[in-house]
Amino acid sequence: MQTAGSVSACLPIHSDLDLVWVRQHVRQAAAQLGFGLVEQTKLVTAASELARNTLIHGGGGQMECAPAANGGVRGLRLAFSDEGPGIPDLDRALVDGFTSGEGLGMGLGGARRLVHEFTVDSRPGGGTTVTVTTWLPGPPRPREER
Amino acid sequence: MPEQDTAAHRRTPAQEVAGFLRDRQEQIAQRWADAALFRTVFTHSRDEAVEAGRAVVDALAAVATADSVEDAESGGFHVIRDQLARTAASRARAGSSITEISSEVDALRPPVTELFLAEFPDAPAEHIRECTTTLTVLMGTLRLVVLETALSEGEEVIHRQRLQLLEVATPVIKLWDGIVAVPLIGTLDSARSQVVMETLLDSIVEQHARFAILDITGVPTVDSLVAQHLMKTVAAARLMGAECIVSGIRPPIAQTIVHLGIDLSSVLTRASLADALAYALGQLGADIVARKGAGSEYR
Amino acid sequence: MSGAFPSPYGGPSPYAAPVPVLRLGDVLLVTLQGDLHDGTAEQLQQDISDTVARSGATGVVIDLSGVEIVDSFLGRVLGDIAAQTSLLAARTVIAGMRPAVAITLVELGLTLPGLRTALTTEDAMCLLGDRRPTLPRPGHTRQESV
Repeated sequence: MQTAGSVSACLPIHSDLDLVWVRQHVRQAAAQLGFGLVEQTKLVTAASELARNTLIHGGGGQMECAPAANGGVRGLRLAFSDEGPGIPDLDRALVDGFTSGEGLGMGLGGARRLVHEFTVDSRPGGGTTVTVTTWLPGPPRPREER
Repeated sequence: MPEQDTAAHRRTPAQEVAGFLRDRQEQIAQRWADAALFRTVFTHSRDEAVEAGRAVVDALAAVATADSVEDAESGGFHVIRDQLARTAASRARAGSSITEISSEVDALRPPVTELFLAEFPDAPAEHIRECTTTLTVLMGTLRLVVLETALSEGEEVIHRQRLQLLEVATPVIKLWDGIVAVPLIGTLDSARSQVVMETLLDSIVEQHARFAILDITGVPTVDSLVAQHLMKTVAAARLMGAECIVSGIRPPIAQTIVHLGIDLSSVLTRASLADALAYALGQLGADIVARKGAGSEYR
Repeated sequence: MSGAFPSPYGGPSPYAAPVPVLRLGDVLLVTLQGDLHDGTAEQLQQDISDTVARSGATGVVIDLSGVEIVDSFLGRVLGDIAAQTSLLAARTVIAGMRPAVAITLVELGLTLPGLRTALTTEDAMCLLGDRRPTLPRPGHTRQESV
């Protein structure tokens, strides 16, 4: 069904079944890039939180998954976007315990602590895009290809 | 240079150099075998050094043929990159600095130039000059490639050692069935705290440990970052169904903790590893009692 | 939510199968496996409450050893189950949480302070039986809790 074995993908988020696909794809992509078990789990959890936000607060949308590179360091970048009402008060939304839906209000702020880079692009009425990146802890230079 | 008057027999400098390298591969390799760089690395036999020299000459010829004498990324170098890396690493291990390695590579140039000049005694002076320039540039590029591999080799050694240190520095000790301990020594940075946390939690599963002791006797200072890591480890262990005890809080550290206003109240603490062990054993239902009469001579 | 999206819990999916609630004497045993649907988790919360009320069970053990991620949604469900069963005079113990999951939950900011936890389902059973597991000695296998 989804692009098995490939890191890059664009997955729809319109139901809680889609959340399962998102988690499975991120797990697979992270494992493929060589992330350790703990980093994989953190990334999948962050993806789950953000995808649920997209579904519940954004009225559905999509996740784009792509490998990232910064100099010699490799990583995984996930972008969650929706066409929903946007986040009116971003600072408040990032505070733990703040919630406009169900759950513990850990979604946005919690997800931020699970990844290395976190950016939110949101306009009231103009939708929201949350982009997160996690880097592999590898050597400062990539090894020569053999 | 205009094509028509240079005639077909006149080759471009790069082609000339490539042809020369191919024709004289054996002589160059023989001379290089006596140069410091090859002599000191291939100590087992001279044949080995000659063999290595041949491979380098081949690569240089390939680079010259591709007309990319200035390009350190040229495909021809890929073949010998690994060999050069090992050569440079071997010199570095022997204590040579980068500058020394650089001049050793530079010392490979004169024998080649000498051979080249002897090869074409009658060629037009201008052509010879162009060719020697090309040859010099090519040897300069070789030097660059060697230095590049030497540097990246160094970085990798540092990275490897850092990883090894992380593992070495965090042994998990089984004190009793159901009780494990990690003695922490030295400064706890973020990366090490992460390793400590993961190692300890994995051993809780492996050893089926209901109690885990983090002994910080060997940790020089506890700042808020270290305290935060300790609290995270304790919380994670608790989620897994194990209890974490932090022991070895020396009086000055206790003072610092209070002074910084760090709240460790969520963490079970004991003054010494022995106290922590006694507590854990007590929770498991065991008491430590002296046998009757034993050790009485020490009282 | 708007009708533009398919019903979250509709449609057949291998993940939407309900989680069985087993009864062992006075204790209910629930084993979670793999990736859980949000809908399945909510259904489980309902099922456990119903079963506790009907059977008069005094304890609930939820085995998480087969679960690869717990996000804030599942975390909330687990907390709610514990709170609900406690109102029905039953104690809930979470057993076998994996290290990577525990680390991630802590980073997420979810320490679930009200939850009782145990290393394995056996330990959880001991805990509910209000019986300390007999002291293990080095060189002996752990003694069975009779």
